[in-house]
Amino acid sequence: MKLTLRVWRQKNPDTPGAMATYELDGVSQDMSFLEMLDVLNEELIVKGEEPVAFDHDCREGICGACSLVINGDAHGPERTTTCQLHMRSFQDGDTIDIEPWRASAFPVIKDLVVDRSAFDRVIQAGGYITAPTGSAPEAHATPVPKADADYAFEHAECIGCGACVAACPNGAAMLFTSAKVNHLNVLPQGSPERETRVLDMVAQMDAEGFGGCTLTGECATACPKGIPLFSITAMNKEWLRATRKVKR
Amino acid sequence: MTSYSEYTEYTVGEPIQDERAPSGPVNERWDTRRFQAKLVNPANRRKHTIIVVGTGLAGGAAGATLAEQGYHVVQFCYQDSPRRAHSIAAQGGINAAKNYRNDGDSIHRLFYDTVKGGDFRARESNVHRLAQISVEIIDQCVAQGVPFAREYGGLLDTRSFGGVQVSRTFYARGQTGQQLLLGAYQALSRQIAAGNVEMHARTEMLDLIVVDGRARGIVARDLVTGRVSTYFADAVVLASGGYGNVFYLSTNAMNSNATAIWRAHRRGAYFANPCFTQIHPTCIPRSGDHQSKLTLMSESLRNDGRIWVPKAKGDTRPPAEIPEDERDYYLERIYPSFGNLVPRDIASRAAKNVCDEGRGVGPGGQGVYLDFADAIARMGRKAVEEKYGNLFDMYERITAENPYEVPMRIYPAIHYTMGGLWVDYDLQTTVPGLFAIGEANFSDHGANRLGASALMQGLADGYFVLPSTINDYLARNPHKDEVDASHPAAVDAVRETEDRLARLLAVDGDRTPDSFHREIGELVWEFCGMARTEEGLRKALDRIPQIREEFWRRIKVPGTGEEFNQSLEKANRIVDYLELAELMCLDALHRAESCGGHFREESQTPDGEAARKDEEFSYAAAWEFTDTGAAPVLHKEQLTFEYVHPTQRSYA
Repeated sequence: MKLTLRVWRQKNPDTPGAMATYELDGVSQDMSFLEMLDVLNEELIVKGEEPVAFDHDCREGICGACSLVINGDAHGPERTTTCQLHMRSFQDGDTIDIEPWRASAFPVIKDLVVDRSAFDRVIQAGGYITAPTGSAPEAHATPVPKADADYAFEHAECIGCGACVAACPNGAAMLFTSAKVNHLNVLPQGSPERETRVLDMVAQMDAEGFGGCTLTGECATACPKGIPLFSITAMNKEWLRATRKVKR
Repeated sequence: MTSYSEYTEYTVGEPIQDERAPSGPVNERWDTRRFQAKLVNPANRRKHTIIVVGTGLAGGAAGATLAEQGYHVVQFCYQDSPRRAHSIAAQGGINAAKNYRNDGDSIHRLFYDTVKGGDFRARESNVHRLAQISVEIIDQCVAQGVPFAREYGGLLDTRSFGGVQVSRTFYARGQTGQQLLLGAYQALSRQIAAGNVEMHARTEMLDLIVVDGRARGIVARDLVTGRVSTYFADAVVLASGGYGNVFYLSTNAMNSNATAIWRAHRRGAYFANPCFTQIHPTCIPRSGDHQSKLTLMSESLRNDGRIWVPKAKGDTRPPAEIPEDERDYYLERIYPSFGNLVPRDIASRAAKNVCDEGRGVGPGGQGVYLDFADAIARMGRKAVEEKYGNLFDMYERITAENPYEVPMRIYPAIHYTMGGLWVDYDLQTTVPGLFAIGEANFSDHGANRLGASALMQGLADGYFVLPSTINDYLARNPHKDEVDASHPAAVDAVRETEDRLARLLAVDGDRTPDSFHREIGELVWEFCGMARTEEGLRKALDRIPQIREEFWRRIKVPGTGEEFNQSLEKANRIVDYLELAELMCLDALHRAESCGGHFREESQTPDGEAARKDEEFSYAAAWEFTDTGAAPVLHKEQLTFEYVHPTQRSYA
């Protein structure tokens, strides 16, 4: 396949960026999208140009590092991570736009690489169960109904890639935050910190500059792990319950 | 630059021994050691700084636990977040001798299985401790909210895994590594928020600082600004993972690398058993030259999938058109009692053998079928989906084939490295104050790791072993002087690092970093991969110095060092692969026996199984660095087996 790539190039956070156009030939259907970018970068290096910087690591769809907006969609046309997107989703002669996540809470570092450390700080605010090493009771001491365990797992699958934020017209991080709140709050082990968790995480989320939620649902559509939209309503319920219960 | 003939003329130095494991019954040694180990008064712990490099299962668990104990932890990862370490990609599960199934499991059986599975090249004391701790790990993870699979009664579910006959593997669908890592990451996050851990993401360790014979700090580069800085501590813990990426194509993450352990090796830490690398039998075959990495399909698939190839050579019919009696379920045929669940090394070599015979399937004949038709008929599609759904989806995304309808195609790929920095029972390397945990050390898996044991070892080291043993070092070695960036050892280490980076940028040749990585990777895969021969290894050892020489003449790294520069990161890692590959090949050459993942064609039984030579090679090979391309010194750690008597492994 022969492709025209229009790629966002930005030297550093302080320099304005712009789209640059590259022609790329010899792309195979079996390549992953990132392997296609590898081929482009190899050509650029040999020509003495700077390769396109992008985040990627496991290339198995689980680490959450890769983060490209492709033709306007976070992670591209398929419901998957960028690394698991293959070139068979495109046609010979296509023009493909490649941009970084765009959200005020995710500043660009270089080209397609953004700073997502805001997510880490949301987790630090309460996305854990306090269980210092060595303090754990026997694992079977507390049975967890399978339905609850499955519900927790469904939300725990979040890979923290940030596609939800990139897809949201408001740049909100509600789906990311609610996934962790729901994972931990449904479990008996998570219940002692149930109220403080949701209040503190939501407060941190707001402090990081993520936008407000208007329930457009773009986040759940873009999520490569299928975190459901009701996750957000479930968190709102948790939050309301917590504000009534906890006097702050 | 030296030629291979000089490099292969290694000398044998003083034997090396573990002096930390107490004597006495194996099941009491860990208790004894913990009692013997000196403690650090809780009030004094905050005065100690500990550097932890890496945030995977071992590093994340260690950082969180040390901080909980009151130490000041300074932690590093090259990823943009500690949550992305490659432990996250582990799929299948984690072993623990809980015996919830009442199927005859016990700590002793897990110990026995691991020593045997490792082909009798691991230390009994360490392995027994691992089996003991396994049960505590599950308790810890459940308390953290790890959503393990559960039965309808609310209790934990388990499944069986390669190399064992009990059901002791706990799992969270096909994402066990992810869930365990997030548990450790969340515990670490709590400590970061509490100010007990100073976290440096997007920061890569490039050298170790050794002062008066003790590890006192590291040199690290901020990958965003390019700034090279020094960090100091009372002890340094390396949890930087394995070195499988030396093969270029592996199941490792793209940026997983060997620099932290290799630089520590150059500073005096012995490197043990580098040739013990594990090839995982169930990976998706490569699809072309553009391939950048290989994707593993969890070994747990072998529980319900059946592996086969056509009986006839060159049979290119689609799998559905090959009748049952023209299929060779070769693992079930050759190993009737373990069948598709033989250990990884055996399953991998069997796949290579049938492909070498011309019976492989798919493009290039480099693949075998993993068929779920029987499992779907037996359990129903829904049950298969429940157990393996995400793996099937992943397979379909990559290959565009539906494994519910067409058998998967799989082929072996490099997955894990059993070798690593030599450590004693306390997980301390030969450099005092430098500890290595998780895949970065060589300690528990011998010549072959059993499935679902990497997660167990990483967490055992991080949550339980290191936090007990590091106290002893800190209590016995109160440091006399503060060290800072002006210390000559620090100045030297920084200068060497900056010189190396500057040199990489200055060559301005005509070849990309990836082209060299691919070249060295293909070389070691061919000659130091699934099957090794003296002739092949000598060829590789002949070639490596030439590649190294060419690298420094032709490498091209665009951009500067004072910015975010992924080409520079890559090139700098390749510098270390070009040395590590040489040691791997030398280790494989010197070990003229087959054991576990190390298969020397010259040493096999009449039916083609690995033949160990216990009289000559019942030792761990710990190599001491001398100079780039110069012959290293071999120190042997003799292994003794009091509890598990070495036998020829039999899975027939």
